[in-house]
Amino acid sequence: MSTLPENALSAPPRASVHQPASGRPPGAARVALILLGKELRLELRTLESVPGMALFALSAFVIFHFALNRAALQGDLAAGVLWVTILLAALLAINRLFVADAQQGGFEALALAPVPPGAILAAKAAALLIYLLVLELLALPAFALLLLAQPLAAAAFGVLATLLLGDIAIAVIGTLVSALVIRSRARDLLGPLLMLPLLIPVVIGATSALSPLLAPHAPDLSSWLSATGLRWLAVLGLYDLLFGLIAYALFEFLLED
Amino acid sequence: MESSSPALELRALGRRFGERAVLRSLTLTLEHGQTLAVLGSNGAGKTTLLRVLAGLLAPHSGRARVLGAELPRERELLRGRIGWIGHEPLLYRALTVSENLSFHARLHGQGRRRVAELLEAVGMSARAKTPVRELSRGMLQRVAVARALIGSPQLLLLDEPEANLDPGAREALEPLIGRDSRCTRVLTSHDPQAALEEADLVLGLRDGAPLLLEPPASIDRDRLSALYSP
Repeated sequence: MSTLPENALSAPPRASVHQPASGRPPGAARVALILLGKELRLELRTLESVPGMALFALSAFVIFHFALNRAALQGDLAAGVLWVTILLAALLAINRLFVADAQQGGFEALALAPVPPGAILAAKAAALLIYLLVLELLALPAFALLLLAQPLAAAAFGVLATLLLGDIAIAVIGTLVSALVIRSRARDLLGPLLMLPLLIPVVIGATSALSPLLAPHAPDLSSWLSATGLRWLAVLGLYDLLFGLIAYALFEFLLED
Repeated sequence: MESSSPALELRALGRRFGERAVLRSLTLTLEHGQTLAVLGSNGAGKTTLLRVLAGLLAPHSGRARVLGAELPRERELLRGRIGWIGHEPLLYRALTVSENLSFHARLHGQGRRRVAELLEAVGMSARAKTPVRELSRGMLQRVAVARALIGSPQLLLLDEPEANLDPGAREALEPLIGRDSRCTRVLTSHDPQAALEEADLVLGLRDGAPLLLEPPASIDRDRLSALYSP
C-alpha cells in the first residue's frame, strides 16, 4: 500500500543493538532449565512459597500431636496425617505458582520469546517438585519426632519412593490447575476445589503404600515391595504419566489469553 | 520469508471481546522497514491491534499475516522475532535489571555481552544490580526497551513507547526504537503530531473501525481531530 521512503536505503546503518542476533535460541530442554533457574531465583529472592509451606506443615503436626491425644501414630493414621499435611501445604505454593507471571507480564514475555509451552510446564512442575522435596526435608524429621513411635530410617527407601512419586503427581496436577485458574479472580478458591478431587487417587495410592511402612512392625523392603508396595508405586507412577501427558497436551491452550 | 512478503498484511481483520467488536474490517499492508502509526482515542482498539499482531490475541475474522506467518495458525513462527514495548515493562520486580535481561538474553541464545551492550545503549549500566521494583517509571521503560531489543527483533510493536520518558531519555532511545532504528514498526501514540512525523502510514481507529489509512502527508488537522472528537 505504501512504499519504502527513497532515503531509507541511504540511511545510516542500524545501531549495533539492531544487528541480527548472533546466537541461536536454545532447545526446549535448555529453555526449561533457564525457566527453572528463574523460578528458583525468584523464590530465593521473595521466599513466598517454601517457608510458608514448611511453617504450615510444622504447625499442622503440632496440632495433630495435641488434637489426636496419642503418644504416637501408626499405620493408616500416620500415613494419612503425613499426606494430608503435605497436600494442604502444597496448595500454598500452587496458588502462587503463576502469580508473578500473571501480575508482572511474564506470560506475555514468554509468549513473545522463543519458548515452547512444554518448557514452561516442565519448569513450573520441576520448581514445584523441588519446593515439595525441600518441604519434606524439613517436615519429615518433625513428623517423626512429634507423631511417630519408631524412627523412619528403617523404611527410608519405601518412604522416599512413595513421597517422590506422590510429589510428581502433585507437581504436575498443581501446575496444570494453577495455569487453568490463574486468570480467575477466584483462583484461591477454584484451585483447591479443582485440584483436590484430582489428587484423591494419589492420596489413596500414597497412604496405601506408606501405611505398612509406618506400622509397629514394618516389613523389610523386599517384603513390602512384594506385598503391596510395588503395586501402589506402579499405580502412582501410571497416574504421574497419565497427568504428565494430559498436561503436555493441554498446557498451550491454558496459556492463551 | 522477510524479503518475499510484506511485513504486515491484514485483510478484513476483526476481533471481538464477548459481543463487542473491538477491531472491525482492517485491511492494510506494511512493507519491511516502514512505520505504521495507529491513532485513536482511548478504547479505539489500538492496543488490541498490537496484541493481535504479536500473536497474543487471535483474530476472530479476516486474515492477518505478520512477518510471513499466518495468524493464529503459525503463531509459533513469530516467537523471538517481535519486540514488544507496552504499558507494562514485562519484567520480574524481585529480580535485578541485569538478572531480568540475562534471563531474556539466554532464552534468545544471547550472552552477557548482549546484556551489557543493551544496558549501555539505554543508559542503565549503573543500575544493572538494582532490583526492578526500585526503578522509576522512566527507568522501567528504558529497561523494557532493552528487553524488547534483546533478540534483535524484525518487528517492533510500540504501545505508547514514550510514555513516562523525559526528553533526555526520548533522545537516548530514538536510535533504538525511533525512525533511525530502521526497524519495521507499529506504534501507537497519544501525540498525533509526533506520530505523523514518525510514520510512513497512518491508521486512524474509531471504535475499532478504520477511519483513515493514508500516508501522513495527506492528513490534515481536521481529519485528525475527528478521531478524538466525542
